[in-house]
Amino acid sequence: MQKFQSTERYIAPRELEVAVNAAVALQRPLLVKGEPGTGKTVLAQEVARSLGIPLIEWHIKSTTKAQQGLYEYDAVSRLRDGQLGDERVRDISNYIIKGKLWEAFEHETPVVLLIDEIDKADIEFPNDLLLELDRMQFHVYETKQTVVARHRPIVIITSNNEKELPDAFLRRCFFHFIRFPDRETMERILQAHYPDLRSDLAREALNVFFQIREVNELKKKPATSELLDWLKLLMIEDMPAEALRSNDAKVAIPPLYGALLKNEQDVHLFERLAFLSRARR
Amino acid sequence: MFAPFILELRKAGLPASITEWLALMGAMKAGVADYDIDDFYYLARTTLVKDERHLDRFDRVFGEVFKGLEPPTTLTGEVIQRELPEEWLKKLAERMFTAEEMAKIKAMGGFEKLMETLKERLAEQKKRHQGGNRMIGTNGTSPFGAEGYNPEGVRIGQEGSRQRRAVKVWDKREFRDLDDDAALGSRAMKLALRKLRRFARQGEANELDVDGTIGATARNAGTLDLKMRPERRNAVKVLLLLDIGGSMDDHVMASEELFSAAKSEFKHLVHLYFHNCPYERFWKSNRRRAEQTVTTWEMLRTYGPDWRVVFVGDASMAPYEIVEPGGSVEHWNEEAGKVWLQRITGHFRRVAWINPTPQKHWGYTTSINLIQDAMEGRMFPMTLEGLDGVARALR
Repeated sequence: MQKFQSTERYIAPRELEVAVNAAVALQRPLLVKGEPGTGKTVLAQEVARSLGIPLIEWHIKSTTKAQQGLYEYDAVSRLRDGQLGDERVRDISNYIIKGKLWEAFEHETPVVLLIDEIDKADIEFPNDLLLELDRMQFHVYETKQTVVARHRPIVIITSNNEKELPDAFLRRCFFHFIRFPDRETMERILQAHYPDLRSDLAREALNVFFQIREVNELKKKPATSELLDWLKLLMIEDMPAEALRSNDAKVAIPPLYGALLKNEQDVHLFERLAFLSRARR
Repeated sequence: MFAPFILELRKAGLPASITEWLALMGAMKAGVADYDIDDFYYLARTTLVKDERHLDRFDRVFGEVFKGLEPPTTLTGEVIQRELPEEWLKKLAERMFTAEEMAKIKAMGGFEKLMETLKERLAEQKKRHQGGNRMIGTNGTSPFGAEGYNPEGVRIGQEGSRQRRAVKVWDKREFRDLDDDAALGSRAMKLALRKLRRFARQGEANELDVDGTIGATARNAGTLDLKMRPERRNAVKVLLLLDIGGSMDDHVMASEELFSAAKSEFKHLVHLYFHNCPYERFWKSNRRRAEQTVTTWEMLRTYGPDWRVVFVGDASMAPYEIVEPGGSVEHWNEEAGKVWLQRITGHFRRVAWINPTPQKHWGYTTSINLIQDAMEGRMFPMTLEGLDGVARALR
């Protein structure tokens, strides 16, 4: 299979390429962590695109059970059908609903399976998937059949660190921590997303952006996705680069800050800082 | 040369197992890292490290084990000579010279002159690098120190291509902040306290399991099937003993955080307060001068040995406050604090002491050592790692 590398839309540092390729070569799940907004979920989409295979996404919520990824037995429908005397009720397989994992196992070609935000689920969730991810097979008790993967899917798992994952699970995964991109990488990312971005605007915006990130007391530091949103807004508004110069006394906080700062405490904090720096001048 | 690497990693406290080791070997065989030290570093990191808190420790061990392991033949052709940045040289000089040597520098003709010399030497060294016979500072009279020009693996004046970047990736130690020796936020605390939580279903199956019954009935296509289950309760009971006032004022914030994190995790949670060292009574409210007190004897009677006791305190006080009767700074105590500590640790089977003082300072405070002894070594720092220890001690 061909190797994963940066695409024109997604800038992957070398370390990420190595991690993905190792996971692909050894057919192990890849666990990706990192600050929110650094492109964990997008990674799976880009891996699928770069390798030219389909992507199956399984988004995890706090109520998601591991079993739902395999299959669900829709007992309530069966009960209803039983009351109505429907013929379907005799065959139990009519009420087995396939989950995302089953879908991925059954696919004719290899696929990328994204298990998004695994830490949202119950603390036991990863343990319940150990065997399934290891052997890539599981058993359906109701119909007494064993589902085996035709091709081992490339499994990418993201986590926001809300819960600690069990050791037994970690041992089966490869791990990559997406570090916040440095300025140089960020410039390449901007290039990739907005090729027609004016260079002066990009420079000033990055200045403001990295300044904001340096403020340690912020509740939620803006990340790549916020920067991209913000720049898009700036471009739509056709904002002149001068408007972003932080030494302009009239501008207390950056224009259209709503895309960067996501809660009012942060906005207040920022206004206060801006006020202080003006007072000092 | 690889075997010592995993041993060193384990020694540094990284939970790398043989499974991961084999995975790394497998990936090497599959040609994921083709004789490129950086790729090998990334690959080893992705296979052996499973938690960003360990990344920094990994970097340190990697640097240690693979020191000097760099492709020596990648320098094809001429080494490109660049202008040496002034700032860099100054920094280098600061690191390499003692005050005494700085005085000598003056004698040599001042800083400017020195910089010139340093530049010359560096240039000279570059030409001879392949032979490797003379590093700056290996001759004794040179003011450039004995470390070599390159104490941190910083290379000078080469193009920053991937293979020859100035600072090695693992030497940057970018993940230092994520190491779990760092002090705790409330959220991390909650994570660790979770480990204490043990939901246990105990006793008879005496509760009607409504969901289970509906499920089973539906599965039976409508024939009623009753399901019973034992009552579920959180079996963990925690007695929090918090030190307030005096030297603890610095740590009140940290204690508060621990307290707020703990409250939501246990069904049975009682908190009592003391000052510096526990004596014959505890306060029930943290406005501790108030009348609400409970004698320690009463406390021992009320809470059975199955309660887990967690002390939070900096244990920093005068030694006589622990050892001597009448040592308390607030009242006359008939019996020494040590005696009361012994009674408490004797009654409760599972006891731990969380100390917000950074662990590296513990050795310098006599009273901390005294309490540590009284707790039979079950004192832990207020870090994620420390709380892991607490959870283990209380389990």
